[in-house]
Amino acid sequence: MKSSVVVFPGSNCDRDIAVALEKFKISNQMVWHNDSVLPKSDLVVLPGGFSYGDYLRTGSVASKSKIINDVIKHGNNGGLILGICNGFQILTETELLPGVLLRNKQLRFISKNIFLKVTNTENKFCKKYEKKKIIQLPIAHNEGNYYTNNKQLEILEDNNLIAFKYCDKKGIINEDYNPNGSSNNIAGILNEKKNILGMMPHPERLIDPFLSGEDGSLLFQSLLR
Amino acid sequence: MKISIKVTLKKDVLDPQGNVVGQTLKNMGYKNITEVRQGKYFELDINEKNTEKAKTVAEDICLKLLSNVVIEDYLIEIK
Repeated sequence: MKSSVVVFPGSNCDRDIAVALEKFKISNQMVWHNDSVLPKSDLVVLPGGFSYGDYLRTGSVASKSKIINDVIKHGNNGGLILGICNGFQILTETELLPGVLLRNKQLRFISKNIFLKVTNTENKFCKKYEKKKIIQLPIAHNEGNYYTNNKQLEILEDNNLIAFKYCDKKGIINEDYNPNGSSNNIAGILNEKKNILGMMPHPERLIDPFLSGEDGSLLFQSLLR
Repeated sequence: MKISIKVTLKKDVLDPQGNVVGQTLKNMGYKNITEVRQGKYFELDINEKNTEKAKTVAEDICLKLLSNVVIEDYLIEIK
């Protein structure tokens, strides 16, 4: 399996995701945002960070960068795209995923481990979570408050396109365990074809017992054929 | 020709920054301020003499970059 990680000025999780991909034997290469041709890849990752200093709106400037046309083509042709944190924000700005990530309700940057429920395991990113649906991953963001209109929210729920929801350690999903004000506790969503996943939590940060957990590993294992 | 563009959050979108500014104004004694909504303001210079054409370009720019229509409205003024 081949992957490309797109590096924007201000990306800061690009190395972490590259280490994670390589650990799971996914042959990865880094792609600069100003390149116009995407190398042949099965998976494209838009990493976390603060692309273009978060100017204008998070992800908005990155969504107009040179490489993005090829990323959109890759997605529309059914290729896998994973957007983590700032990558998720970029995916909504390119309209590959619906909605938008607003500033956290409490106006604070949040950096901590949270519990998640994997609410859809029937996709190429989450297959391996079938036997372990309550997981713990870190979040680190200022704009993670997922918002979309009610109609779109219904579409996401009815078509089972929500991959992750914030919950407590038992898997109970309610407002008390919603760290940032996200609609319906949404932490990650899929597109209709389920080949594009955007998520605020960082699976690449929990792939080794030395990093205090391996709940992120299952996502990378799911990607392997 | 000058184009000025105001981008504001749609009415039903929560504006926590605006709320904090509003609360601060109340704390400062401005009891009659009932709501504050925070937005963005852009000034563009355009090399174009036809107002209609300038407006079309501004509209395009708003849709493609300056606003996100999921959460924001925009207002264009040509001077």
